[in-house]
Amino acid sequence: MTEPSLTGPPTNEPLLSVRDLVKTFPGRRSRTGRPGAPVRAVDGVSFDVGAGETLGLVGESGCGKSTTGRMIVRLLDPTSGTVTFDGTEIGGLSQARLRPHRRDLQMVFQDPYSSLNPRQTVSRIISEPLLVQGESATAARKRAAELMELVGLIPEHLDRYPHEFSGGQAQRIGIARALATSPRLVIADEPVSALDVSIQAQVVNLMERLQQELGLAYVFIAHDLSVVKRVCDRVAVMYLGRIVEIGDKAEVYGSPAHPYTRALLSAVPLPDPEAERTRERIVLLGDPPSPADPPPGCSFHPRCPKAQDLCRTERPLLRIAGPGTREAACHFPEVPGS
Amino acid sequence: MTRLLEVEDLKVAFDTPRGTVRAVDGISFAVEAGRTLGLVGESGSGKSVTSLAVMGLHRGATVTGSIRLHGQELNGLGEKALGTVRGRRIAMIFQDPLSSLHPFYTVGEQIAEHYRVHFRANRKAGRARAVEMLAEVGIPEPARRVDEYPHQFSGGMRQRVMIAMALACEPDLLIADEPTTALDVTVQAQILDLIARIQQERGLGVVMITHDLGVVARVAHEVLVMYGGRAAEQAPVERLFAQPAHPYTRGLLDSLPRLDDTDDAPLRAIPGSPPSLIAPAPGCSFAPRCARTTAAAAEEHARCLAERPVLGPLAPGHQAACHLPLVPEGVL
Ligand SMILES: Nc1ncnc2c1ncn2[C@@H]1O[C@H](COP(=O)(O)OP(=O)(O)OP(=O)(O)O)[C@@H](O)[C@H]1O
Ligand SMILES: Nc1ncnc2c1ncn2[C@@H]1O[C@H](COP(=O)(O)OP(=O)(O)OP(=O)(O)O)[C@@H](O)[C@H]1O
Ligand code: SF4
Ligand code: SF4
Ligand SMILES: [Mg+2]
Ligand SMILES: [Mg+2]
Repeated sequence: MTEPSLTGPPTNEPLLSVRDLVKTFPGRRSRTGRPGAPVRAVDGVSFDVGAGETLGLVGESGCGKSTTGRMIVRLLDPTSGTVTFDGTEIGGLSQARLRPHRRDLQMVFQDPYSSLNPRQTVSRIISEPLLVQGESATAARKRAAELMELVGLIPEHLDRYPHEFSGGQAQRIGIARALATSPRLVIADEPVSALDVSIQAQVVNLMERLQQELGLAYVFIAHDLSVVKRVCDRVAVMYLGRIVEIGDKAEVYGSPAHPYTRALLSAVPLPDPEAERTRERIVLLGDPPSPADPPPGCSFHPRCPKAQDLCRTERPLLRIAGPGTREAACHFPEVPGS
Repeated sequence: MTRLLEVEDLKVAFDTPRGTVRAVDGISFAVEAGRTLGLVGESGSGKSVTSLAVMGLHRGATVTGSIRLHGQELNGLGEKALGTVRGRRIAMIFQDPLSSLHPFYTVGEQIAEHYRVHFRANRKAGRARAVEMLAEVGIPEPARRVDEYPHQFSGGMRQRVMIAMALACEPDLLIADEPTTALDVTVQAQILDLIARIQQERGLGVVMITHDLGVVARVAHEVLVMYGGRAAEQAPVERLFAQPAHPYTRGLLDSLPRLDDTDDAPLRAIPGSPPSLIAPAPGCSFAPRCARTTAAAAEEHARCLAERPVLGPLAPGHQAACHLPLVPEGVL
């Protein structure tokens, strides 16, 4: 761990550093009342996020994206592993000791309506995190009005209730709430997935503008690879609780090294009939397996078109694949130029 | 030759305490055997209401217009007559397979149900048909899995079961309402391929409802873009993507983040939000969000606000409901 120093943390230190993060949920009881096998929802995830940077976290349903995000903001306690924020290990802090750090670390949720209390006015919703931090009600309301303006809503609507806003507007309220304490890192869990295409772009543009103006860092969780490509600097691809590929956007999207990343990218339908007719697609067999019963060796092997004997017995670890800095967890990664 | 499905000036209205909701307000389209019509539009634009009306499933709503299957008028048909059409000649699959499968019956019983009714088949023949259908949609070990319950299947497999159920009676037309929206992309690719394969083998007509323009580009031959319960634009798929004429279609395409994008310029968002269906403004329902009318000369702008545009032809098979379409008329 780094020593606290008078000069502050060295500038090359990442803002957020996650190491070997694990979350195990107790198994669900089956119909016969027998407890199921425990679910390793997140199984040893590590990554860094620099100040002002966006890391995209992608992967299919149930791969552990939300669980990872929730552990970072401590809505969930990690089973093991560390979360270091700005030089302080916060993964194991009590909620009371965590409070001063809450300011810097906020979250935006997928469903704009269910994440906003329907009985509270927008003013109250946005002020909440400030009141928790001990700010006065007047100051909080003033700040709420500023934030409404910042996210492109009309400050006069402060006393309205969430249902009086459209989905895109409600998501802006969620973003305004997350920004109330001037955080340095925002975990955005599928912030645009529930929105219509024409509204998605409004929110994506807003998040990008706020990043530039306020120097925010984002962990942007989404299953839509096109949106993530748009917003992130670096991207991590998860499969069954683990990161299978991580690196700069250009490397991962431009020349994916892991067979799963390749399949995932090739499965995304392009809004271009010409390209759709001519492009080569890798269609995977089967569904993603259950995290309660992960396959041995490489957990992708039952669906991998390149699987060999080694893959069925030995778990591949993340390591540099190719000329750049991108890492992939595969025994036989696709390396550009090979 | 009569077409497989012809819908003409379909209107569906719901009476609610807040007023009449004109969920679908005059749309027309046709589907030929072996072809796929993509029905796109944002949430609330009337896609599901349209498909339910075609299935005759709108009790409580006022449905006007004509819905003809092989030339036979379905609108106004009695429930009994509709029953022989539904499931037998038109089948439908929904977004959420779990809510449309019954938890207490085996998937085999559910697949066989319609088949047994329509073909007067006994239990044994029904089960055999179910096994055959499960095999056709790519479920491994169909003879064993036919006796399992929906909760024993994954999301992708349940959607396959739904497709097996829909196709067991060999319908001529399949209406698929967001069949892959709840699925992962890798599983979505499997399901879209499956539908395309069966369509080719059987010459099935398909109405594919989706809000995903990528899915439309992949599967559709013709496209109908809906906005606020009306048709904004209709065109062959290549034409729609290459030369969208309606400012809304154009706006949708521009606002999409794309995997094949090379630059990082901000997305061109469409400002504002979708229109009210209860008290629609007199003119074009897209006018409050339309950059084209704002930039237009005063008298053209006034026309957009006052007069509702109707679908007008631009090229063979290409129509747009816009006073100022982006493609000059008569130019191919
Ligand atoms: N509270 C919980 N109790 C038990 N299992 C859980 C719990 N929360 C999540 N899980 C399981 O952990 C795994 C990871 O879930 P998580 O929500 O993190 O996935 P995700 O990647 O966010 O998926 P999605 O794209 O569907 O949101 C899943 O198998 C899920 O069922
Ligand atoms: N039974 C009903 N009573 C009143 N209004 C209804 C009813 N069913 C649908 N509507 C309204 O009709 C409009 C169109 O609904 P529809 O379900 O067709 O939208 P959609 O295009 O399928 O949207 P989505 O993409 O969200 O599925 C909506 O505004 C909806 O609220
Ligand atoms: S380790 Fe083997 S099974 Fe796993 S992704 Fe690489 S090639 Fe495929
Ligand atoms: S009719 Fe006018 S307002 Fe409507 S889409 Fe066309 S240009 Fe825009
Ligand atoms: Mg999630
Ligand atoms: Mg619908």
